[in-house]
Amino acid sequence: MMKRRVLLFGLVFCLSAQGMEIRQFDDADKQQRYESLIKELRCLVCQNQSLADSDADLAKDLRDEVYNIIQSGKNEQEAVQFLVDRYGDFVLYRPPLKTTTSLLWLGPLVLLLVGAAFLLRQSKRRSLEQNEPELTQEERLRLQSLKDKLER
Amino acid sequence: MRYLIPLIVFLGVVIFLAIGLTLDPREVPSPFIGKPAPRFLLPQVAEPGDTLGNENLKGQVSLLNVWASWCVSCRQEHPILIQLAKQDIVPIYGLNYKDEREAALGWLRQFGNPYRTSAFDADGKVGIEWGVYGVPETFVIDKQGVIRYKQTGPVTEEILQKKLLPLIRQLQQEQAPS
Repeated sequence: MMKRRVLLFGLVFCLSAQGMEIRQFDDADKQQRYESLIKELRCLVCQNQSLADSDADLAKDLRDEVYNIIQSGKNEQEAVQFLVDRYGDFVLYRPPLKTTTSLLWLGPLVLLLVGAAFLLRQSKRRSLEQNEPELTQEERLRLQSLKDKLER
Repeated sequence: MRYLIPLIVFLGVVIFLAIGLTLDPREVPSPFIGKPAPRFLLPQVAEPGDTLGNENLKGQVSLLNVWASWCVSCRQEHPILIQLAKQDIVPIYGLNYKDEREAALGWLRQFGNPYRTSAFDADGKVGIEWGVYGVPETFVIDKQGVIRYKQTGPVTEEILQKKLLPLIRQLQQEQAPS
């Protein structure tokens, strides 16, 4: 049992350790930019993973490219542009607002407005129901007599 | 009316989900369509002394097929490429991606060689320049050296007949650059 646990622990550990190679940067600022960048970029092979998470061979090559760009002193935009030029907006987790992505960006807002309109209508209807006209004296008497009949 | 609204909402969801089912999430639209093919110049697989580059593709409609001996789906499309090469409709060039030279040559010997010649991209740098992310990939390049279509994943008989061949014929009608 103990052996198995150690094995399991080792397995989990090796999974989490793999996928990232050690990078040398000449200053800490570059390292931070690199590390935040690769979390923002999507791996094309395992599409639900970022470049930072992915073990795919291509992800490693692309990390190399990002590393070289950042290490050579260029900024984040240039690294992102490098990848967008080759792989399209798909590599971005936050796609830019374009006509093709308008539904993506504006969809939630439209849903919110539809929901608000629906709620408003419902509440108006309810308040209308509450404002029923008062019963006349005759009607009230009739209602009372019906109630009495029921109770008997 | 009371029952109609949920029904309409439900149908709307069904329509969106149905459209979603027909889309292939692995198919990433290539930003290269309509743009000049990225520059490359690489040694050939069979003749390391000779090169393959944009100059070789010039003035003709051509296919550039990205392949590797380790790529399983490349075997799937291989017979189709062989058949296409035999028909001599369009020259097929290969980009051997992140492979070993011996393994690549062995693969060609074993399964046949549909390529005029293959470029040897050992470190995959040219692959990145071309936005390759899933071998096999097939680019259709026109006479001006502009990429007109990209097939990600294996070429099937259906894709060849319905997409590639009609496009190739259409591009071959276009004027060559003077």
